[in-house]
Amino acid sequence: MFIPCDRGGGSAAPDFKGFTLLMPAVSVGNVGQLAIDLVISTLDMTKVGYFYTDCLVPMVGNNPYATAEENLMELSINAEVYSLPSKKLVVLQIRSPFIKNKYRPFCETLLSWVKSSKCARVVLLSSSHAYQRDDEQLLGTPLRYLLTPDLEKVVGGCMKELNWKEMERVAAYPGISDTDKVLHIPGGGITKLLFTKSCSEGIQMAVLLKFCSEGDNIPDAFVLVNYLNEWLQLIKKQQFHRSFFTVEDTKFLALTFWQWSPTCPLLISSELAIDIRKP
Amino acid sequence: FLSSFILDSVCWEVVGVVKLWNEWCRTSSTTNVLPTDSFCLFYRLISDPTVLLCQCSCYVAEDQQFQWLEKVFGSMQKKGLQVTILSTCPVADYKTQESTLTLVSPFLRALKTKEFQEQVCCPLLEQPNIVRDLPAAVLSYCQVWQIPAVLYQCYTDVIKLDTVTIEAFKPLLSSKVLKSLAKDASESSKILKKFLTTNDG
Repeated sequence: MFIPCDRGGGSAAPDFKGFTLLMPAVSVGNVGQLAIDLVISTLDMTKVGYFYTDCLVPMVGNNPYATAEENLMELSINAEVYSLPSKKLVVLQIRSPFIKNKYRPFCETLLSWVKSSKCARVVLLSSSHAYQRDDEQLLGTPLRYLLTPDLEKVVGGCMKELNWKEMERVAAYPGISDTDKVLHIPGGGITKLLFTKSCSEGIQMAVLLKFCSEGDNIPDAFVLVNYLNEWLQLIKKQQFHRSFFTVEDTKFLALTFWQWSPTCPLLISSELAIDIRKP
Repeated sequence: FLSSFILDSVCWEVVGVVKLWNEWCRTSSTTNVLPTDSFCLFYRLISDPTVLLCQCSCYVAEDQQFQWLEKVFGSMQKKGLQVTILSTCPVADYKTQESTLTLVSPFLRALKTKEFQEQVCCPLLEQPNIVRDLPAAVLSYCQVWQIPAVLYQCYTDVIKLDTVTIEAFKPLLSSKVLKSLAKDASESSKILKKFLTTNDG
């Protein structure tokens, strides 16, 4: 559940009515989570609360977005909420994998919060195994989108103007031609479940995903975040902080806490084995 | 460290136990498992019942950590509560740009919640290092519910119990919380020695 940071002193709990909730799926290459880190750091978003849940593996560390000595040693936990009221944007960052059998309870808790906080829409950043693409998907852009029916009514035209490609449905039984087409997002973590539930519960949700493989996924994160920016126009120029990902002097690649990145000078924890197979 | 430097049977009494459904325990009696055979015991300082000490020597799995927290903290008054957590972890997990030749283990690093205002006894844990498992669960709980808490993590390169790693926690004896609880130094050394002889082999 959402617990605001600031609970005393007469200040009201943050109001997310009409805001866009941006969040990652814990998916292949952690691309969604890396992209969220870029958004939070570039827009210099303020932490407004925690998403306290028993669905994620517990972990703590010090502030990964530190810009100065003062905020360097603020504790961060596995799921935190940041906000930028000027852009009506609220961001949920998830830093650890899901506990077994907790996908569904998490989706339920999340959607319940979306409804109670009156967020206008949800944008989920995700990824899918590149090696599972079919022949057609191997050509062209590796980026895809999905819209729930409620959001399709509102922004469907915009996607066409942007010339975006919708995620293809695949045959339920490959090889057999006369079968239903289903949504299949291998390596997408909770993406499919959250999207399906949002469709049935009338939530306005968009999924933006990139086909990729495990490895150095920082470039994938940049591609995904620029894709997002084409639509949401969060920043004028497509210049998400490249410096956030470079190691300068003694600064560390303290983006998210778990990314396995063989090309980075500093190997970030990969011991939290991320199980991105379907539950 | 706590067994050698803080706990004894005179000043502390066992007041509680947390049992996990899949916990194994070593006991000499097959028919009557005593509560104190559990791996997770709570002691209370007899002279000051507001001081509790938890010795948790079993692994609490990730899907049990939340429930562990709810049970333990659920039965505690949160107003005025302060939490200190001691934990160890392999130095191989420590990420730094410094050369490992200059890294002298064992060493302590701390993480603290926003509400914790006291001086910590060692440097704070640098990015991108993280803490996991029960210590992380407890610290997360304290951060979210605004309870002052500090975690001292000892990075060690020794797998078995050893005096050097135990004594790496010694700086904590000068902290406000543990200063008044520390036992006599000579007694601690005796217990330490005995401890290691029992655990050897």
